[in-house]
Amino acid sequence: MPAREKVIYEYSQPGRGASDQWPQHPGAAALSDLPQQLRRAQPPELPEVSELEAVRHFTRLSQLNFSIDTHFYPLGSCTMKYNPKACNQYAMLPGFLARHPLAPEADGQGFLACMYELQEMLKEVTGMQGVALSPMAGAHGEFAGVAMIRAYHRARGDLSRNEIIVPEAAHGTNPATATMCGCVVREVPVGREGDVDIEALRGAVGPNTAGIMLTNPSTLGVFERRITEVARIVHEAGGLLYYDGANLNAILGKVRPGDMGFDVIHMNLHKTFSTPHGGGGPGAGAVGVGARLMPFLPVPLVGKDGERFRWLGESDLPQSIGRLSAFMGNAGVLLRAYIYMRLLGREGMQRVGEYATLNANYLLKRLQEAGFDAAYPQRRASHEFIVTLRRQARDLDVTAMDFAKRLLDYGFHAPTTYFPLLVPECLLIEPTETESRQVLDAFVTAMSQIQKEAEQEPGRVTSAPHTMPVRRLDDVRAARQLDLTWKPTALP
Amino acid sequence: MAFIPHTPADVAAMLAAIGVARIEDLFDEIPPELRVKSLAAIPEALNEMQIGRLMSERARSDGTALSFLGAGAYEHHIPAAVWAITTRGEFYSAYTPYQAEASQGTLQLIYEFQTMIARLTGLAVANASMYDGASAMAEAALMAVRANRKSHAARILVPTSVHPHYRKVALATTANQGLKFEELGFGADGSIDPASLARFEGQDITALIIQQPNFFGRLEDVAALTDWAHQRQALVIAVVNPTSLALLKPPGEWGTGGADIAVGEGQPLGVPLSSGGPYFGFMTTRSEYVRQMPGRIVGRTLDSAGNDGFTLTLQAREQHIRRGKATSNICTNQGLLVTAATIYLSLMGPQGLERTAAASHARLRELTAALTRVPGVRLAFPGACFHEAVLQFDRPLAPVLASLAARGIHGGLDISGFYPELGQALLVCATETKTSADIERYRLALAEALQAARAA
Repeated sequence: MPAREKVIYEYSQPGRGASDQWPQHPGAAALSDLPQQLRRAQPPELPEVSELEAVRHFTRLSQLNFSIDTHFYPLGSCTMKYNPKACNQYAMLPGFLARHPLAPEADGQGFLACMYELQEMLKEVTGMQGVALSPMAGAHGEFAGVAMIRAYHRARGDLSRNEIIVPEAAHGTNPATATMCGCVVREVPVGREGDVDIEALRGAVGPNTAGIMLTNPSTLGVFERRITEVARIVHEAGGLLYYDGANLNAILGKVRPGDMGFDVIHMNLHKTFSTPHGGGGPGAGAVGVGARLMPFLPVPLVGKDGERFRWLGESDLPQSIGRLSAFMGNAGVLLRAYIYMRLLGREGMQRVGEYATLNANYLLKRLQEAGFDAAYPQRRASHEFIVTLRRQARDLDVTAMDFAKRLLDYGFHAPTTYFPLLVPECLLIEPTETESRQVLDAFVTAMSQIQKEAEQEPGRVTSAPHTMPVRRLDDVRAARQLDLTWKPTALP
Repeated sequence: MAFIPHTPADVAAMLAAIGVARIEDLFDEIPPELRVKSLAAIPEALNEMQIGRLMSERARSDGTALSFLGAGAYEHHIPAAVWAITTRGEFYSAYTPYQAEASQGTLQLIYEFQTMIARLTGLAVANASMYDGASAMAEAALMAVRANRKSHAARILVPTSVHPHYRKVALATTANQGLKFEELGFGADGSIDPASLARFEGQDITALIIQQPNFFGRLEDVAALTDWAHQRQALVIAVVNPTSLALLKPPGEWGTGGADIAVGEGQPLGVPLSSGGPYFGFMTTRSEYVRQMPGRIVGRTLDSAGNDGFTLTLQAREQHIRRGKATSNICTNQGLLVTAATIYLSLMGPQGLERTAAASHARLRELTAALTRVPGVRLAFPGACFHEAVLQFDRPLAPVLASLAARGIHGGLDISGFYPELGQALLVCATETKTSADIERYRLALAEALQAARAA
């Protein structure tokens, strides 16, 4: 990879700037009505660089990144599949970009048609009755989902239900979301084969149960086989079932959360429906609901009257949990998901789950043959699986983190490490359907090489990476000696 | 198209390696009664040529009106370099920078962004972004409750001159956490009368929210309001338009002590209008409150060879570590929009941003001068505005706006529904993108529409 790049402020020269991009100054008289005491005294300290300097700087920064476009990125639970270029190009047509969010409905029928059809397609593929598109990320969708569960119980006058049950291997967002919704979290254990402990669940439900949040396939990379029983237990106790859609790619076109008994679901469109991750967003966390939660969906929705599409707001859904974004969420991301779904079509959507699962099971098998330990060897992999390096850590003093860092030197982004917390020294590996067998084979070869290094030359692995722009970073120092903004002096 | 690269030979070899006969066998742990029967409502696939045609038709049907809409989303010139670089695959298709060594580009860019937005708002530290300006304000209210240890009431004063949608998002976001929002009205000049705070004297107030410029474009007496809050141990949450900060006093310099938290909508910084998103929210604060911040934060540190490098830091606040005790459940934020904004701010620099703000302000004055020459139209509030203003009409607005739209003009936002007390009130906006000819076109069309309405 290229060497490091200076901070942009270090290129700054007073008086320089991309001045051809600036409007003409209207003159001081045009500002005469602004009271002096409300005016800024000193100009903000922003970089002063030419357009070319900025272009070079940010292009060079981009080259310091791994990305799907440049590297295999088997990050478990994140579904780093190819982001088709067409989705970006056609979502960025000038007509879409120029449309103001408050423009009249008559001047947004093209956009609204896409949103309406996206709602309809997401309903079909998840088996839900209604979909709202406005949540802006998975965690935001989770928030909407749990808020709807609370609103549902409250509307029935059932005020004591404030407990959310999560399996111990749940994503951290699940308990964090429950807390944001004023709920108490109860964890239930999972059994040796990765399924929820049914007896523990029976013991956990009761008159305070608001609902359960489940990922299926679970974060352990296996399908929850007794999901129907889980649903019955929770429903009989008066609770609702929340489906965390982080792993929807595994079952796309094969099983629908609505058919499994879930009452509410969020989808990570930036995972399953291939909108970009953008170095940390924007995501899109559309929510789907069964009949019971329909009145509580967040606004706005897109409705259809005859041939006209229109916004549905609070007056259409008086029991709505309300508005979660200033306008309608990450509209441009939603357009990308729409384009992706239309490109896949019915048949393509079924193939996604199939080939994601094929790739995961193949990669698991090959890694097992190469001597790595599966966390759940007796189970089928879903679209992802866990390898545990407990043996390597114990015998060779080489950890999952060391393997992860060394993989970077071999040109592979690391899998998810140390999640779920339940499995020691784990790598959560998700290849996705868009990778070829040859890439998977190369990954196995790299893992085998690293294993050999760990046995023969462990220092090479424990001090990795060696070929990145930086060596392993001191996270403790980062947190103790906070340096969060650039200052003209060097580091202390 | 499903973007699946497997050849039949690949599939055969892979199935053989796994030891199953068909892909179908890999789903044998799923109870058969749960399997999908049909996806009839999903249409057949389109190829790229077909989707290109469909999307082009739809984008075209949305029209290219001359728009004077603002209300939280603003049309500004975006240099071509901004999105040419932002959509590079290395930024576009990267994940959250958890593997710092393989994500230095994104991490350094966020560090540069944090620096720029902290300087712009005059506060010490920034996070890597929130979903949008409205959700950032809601998170700031929650943060203020955590940060203000002297207050136990979880009571936030919210002026009604704050964007109505922001207030709704704050309510929806905090509904289950026991926050109480108290409304604070505006005076005859469209801004908060500091004397109106007297009724809260002696009460436990956790924080005061101040939007500058406010929803009407009017400028608040931020110094008096900030000092009032601080004298009563309430925190101040500033909601600001980043473009305006090239001209207006940054929140960190409000009053004697400065605001405690600043948030806002980042869209004006290089992000297209795009029907409302994706945008991004920003949040800055004093150093002492950094551990109460939600969201991701990037710090500079050293690597094992003693060289500078960047990494996510203070992660002990976040959901993947603290789970139920995290400051927020936010994880994925709006990274790609932050990329665009950082490039935009680099191209604008202090001078370009100041010119953009000044030109927008000048265009608004030109616009209100032109439109108030039309009989039946007057300014709702006296006094200075920044790039938005409220006009009052002597007759129903809806048909007037429809008539303008039919002429290809989006005349502004009818805010009568939000503020019935203002009568037929229209929020209009102008930025540097509007020319004198555009403004004249609007004036003529408005005069005709009103004349027709009067004749009818």
